[in-house]
Amino acid sequence: MTATAPAPAPDTRTTRTYQAYATPLWRRVLANREAAIIGLLLVVIAVSIAVVPNFDSPLTVTYLLRDIAPILLIALPMTLIIITEEIDLSVASIVGLSSVMTGILTQAGLPFPVAAIAAILVGTLAGVINGFLVTVVGLPSLAVTIGTLALFRGIAVGLLGTTAITDFPEFWSDLARDNIPGTPIPGIMIPFIVLAIAFAILLHFTPFGRSLYAIGLNKEAAAFSGVAVGRTKFALFVMSGAISGFAGVYFTLLYNNARGDNATGMELQVIAAVLLGGVSIFGGRGALHGVIAGVLLIGTLGSALRLAGVTSDIINVITGVLLVLSVVSASLLAWLRRRRISAIGKKKERELAASSS
Amino acid sequence: MTVAQPPTTPAPPALELSKVVKSFGAVVALRSGTITLEQGSIHALIGENGAGKSTLVKIIAGLYRRDAGTIKLRGDDVDFHSTAQSKAAGIAVIYQEPTLFPDLSVTENIFMGRQPTNRFGRIDRKAMRAEAEEIFGRLGVSIDPDRITDGLSIADQQIIEIAKAISLDARVLIMDEPTAALSGVEVERLFAVARSLRDEGRALMFISHRFDEVFALCDTVTVMRDGSYIATEPIADTSVDELVRQMVGRDVAELFPKLPAEIGEDVLVVEGLTRPGIFHDISFTVRAGEIVGLAGLVGAGRSEVARAVFGVDPYESGTVTVGGVQLPKGNPRVAMARGLALVPEDRRKQGLVLDESVARNVTLAIRDTLAKGGLLTSRAENAAAAVWASRLEVKTAALDAETGTLSGGNQQKVVLGKWLATEPKVLIVDEPTRGIDVGTKAEVHRLLSELAQRGIAILMISSELPEVLGMADRVLVMREGWLTGEFPRAEATPESVMFAATAEKEDAK
Repeated sequence: MTATAPAPAPDTRTTRTYQAYATPLWRRVLANREAAIIGLLLVVIAVSIAVVPNFDSPLTVTYLLRDIAPILLIALPMTLIIITEEIDLSVASIVGLSSVMTGILTQAGLPFPVAAIAAILVGTLAGVINGFLVTVVGLPSLAVTIGTLALFRGIAVGLLGTTAITDFPEFWSDLARDNIPGTPIPGIMIPFIVLAIAFAILLHFTPFGRSLYAIGLNKEAAAFSGVAVGRTKFALFVMSGAISGFAGVYFTLLYNNARGDNATGMELQVIAAVLLGGVSIFGGRGALHGVIAGVLLIGTLGSALRLAGVTSDIINVITGVLLVLSVVSASLLAWLRRRRISAIGKKKERELAASSS
Repeated sequence: MTVAQPPTTPAPPALELSKVVKSFGAVVALRSGTITLEQGSIHALIGENGAGKSTLVKIIAGLYRRDAGTIKLRGDDVDFHSTAQSKAAGIAVIYQEPTLFPDLSVTENIFMGRQPTNRFGRIDRKAMRAEAEEIFGRLGVSIDPDRITDGLSIADQQIIEIAKAISLDARVLIMDEPTAALSGVEVERLFAVARSLRDEGRALMFISHRFDEVFALCDTVTVMRDGSYIATEPIADTSVDELVRQMVGRDVAELFPKLPAEIGEDVLVVEGLTRPGIFHDISFTVRAGEIVGLAGLVGAGRSEVARAVFGVDPYESGTVTVGGVQLPKGNPRVAMARGLALVPEDRRKQGLVLDESVARNVTLAIRDTLAKGGLLTSRAENAAAAVWASRLEVKTAALDAETGTLSGGNQQKVVLGKWLATEPKVLIVDEPTRGIDVGTKAEVHRLLSELAQRGIAILMISSELPEVLGMADRVLVMREGWLTGEFPRAEATPESVMFAATAEKEDAK
């Protein structure tokens, strides 16, 4: 092949056709992380039903879903944030702040819906602060949200001190606790499912969703493709704040309790579940159904073990091991894939060399 | 320590490379690297970007291993497996951007990793400092050996690298475009140092794009082109014209199938675009059906102008107008909506999301128009991607293959497809054929020609002179942030363009 003798540009262009996918549908659907987590969840449920007494009682289902509802809710925006290679560690503090706001405003005599909306707005404002610091000031989200984690929690505790507000209108706290009539499923699952569908569509079926993956994998190329990187991330932090605010209101009603230290440490439960669900901490990878399965898996496992009389220390150890294993397995799979691809590349190179010589 | 050999002693060449070959996968970076560095002499190595100079230097430095050919050091065959071996053999390479430890002193940097020790086994600071001063004295430069290197100019940092090489008693010094970031006075000082090293009997290799420097400093010159050795001549026996001919001489017509196109209205109008320190007062127009080449050396500010026009980079003053409508600053979305497309310089970092599929990459810039009722499906993406992949004959197993697994040429086709899918009125292509094989190059050129024929205005940035001369209807030249020349096709010759790209501003204006 020399520079001076290229083929004289034959214009016999055959229109190539392309298969959309290299692998058959069943492999694409089943051979991925999300499917693995869903499979594991089903196994845990099946084993628990068979082995753990009372696990299949309606009460267990109700309490399990009630308790993990805040995590499920916050995991939705958290998934989007981690896909863009950012993180929001302040979510649990926003839950606390929103809970305190709900309590104080209700105590001050405001109608509960007004207090709740105000609390959600405070959460949204907290998200705006995070988003501003990350996208306009340009600070790393890890540092920013560690800071606001302390800041929002500090404000929440400062406002109420060590006291708790426990007096809420019965209508609203019943609403938060009631099941969908005729089922053991708590009513909070209705707004969760609506939001989950909305987030799934946003992430997987809109141009906005595509831009999130592009940002997570290559910020610069995304910007060169007309993605407003800063504005997109700003929107995500605001969403995260608003939903954390909503989770705070729910949390308050569920436990009939507004305290500054509500939901302390929940941010790590959320992030653990999101990572377990197959979202890459390095951005650009993950799907919402995997995340939901991840939250349910951690919740189910904890609930089953507790029913089986395992202490919470041991449950924490098991959850921790599961998380480490899931992260290690992701890296291991990626490494195997790279090896396979480079092996294919080398083979192609050899073939090319053989055919051209 | 150093015993200066009288230059008159008949000695074997300090370093001799003969027919050295290096390829990366299917891409041959160096076909036949041949150069002979004599002791007590400064040898220039020149060639276009991609001629194989850097590969040659990296082989000498031990960074790459050659596939074939011989390397002789003072008459003996050598084979470097690592940079350490190359250094131990007395070869020092000074790069454009020196890599020093910013928080350590000048002296500590010179003796990094081999500090002299006193009899207690501790670092002998006094001896170290004395030797540093002695070297600086010999070089005739005044740098405080005790200050930390952070904040020193690039020129001073290069001197420290040279001092390091001398303290190692390097017999062969290779300087890879050392003057690119230096001012006139600094260049003079560097030349004085280089001459004193030559007079000590060392062999120097000097890579530069600036002909005046080559003629002012060097004794011999070697020209490379397309990875191959072309010629070596004493500097006294050659001329700028001769060197340029050797650098670019190639059968231009075959590689560059330029088609006649009807030239229409002004589509892209740039006026007085300025970003202080980067580019100044850039004004030009590109008309429908016209290919305008933007030539110049690497670092002249061409890509920065393109990015500012497209909106990914800011600019301070000036205007960008597409089809009569002025674009807002720093907003690629509006630029895209107005029909502007930019195929960026670095396809791996800026052009593509390598970990995403071919389909997602091709449709990334048209994701909004592809969505129906706000919803975007893989089916729609695959359909659109298949159209552009087949039109550009992208070679891939399936549309869901990760783009990073494709060859360089096919990756470039994916980027081109991505932007052609936006149906642009103005297409800016920045180094459209960098790092792709000759066959694909010709395909890309044919495609650009056809696009111009269909009435698209094309601005083509390229560091390859034959590409610019072969494809462009009009050639703009930038040098150090200024537009220094504009030539219609008939007047654009390698000599005129090179001159505008390298000559002093006052001369060009």
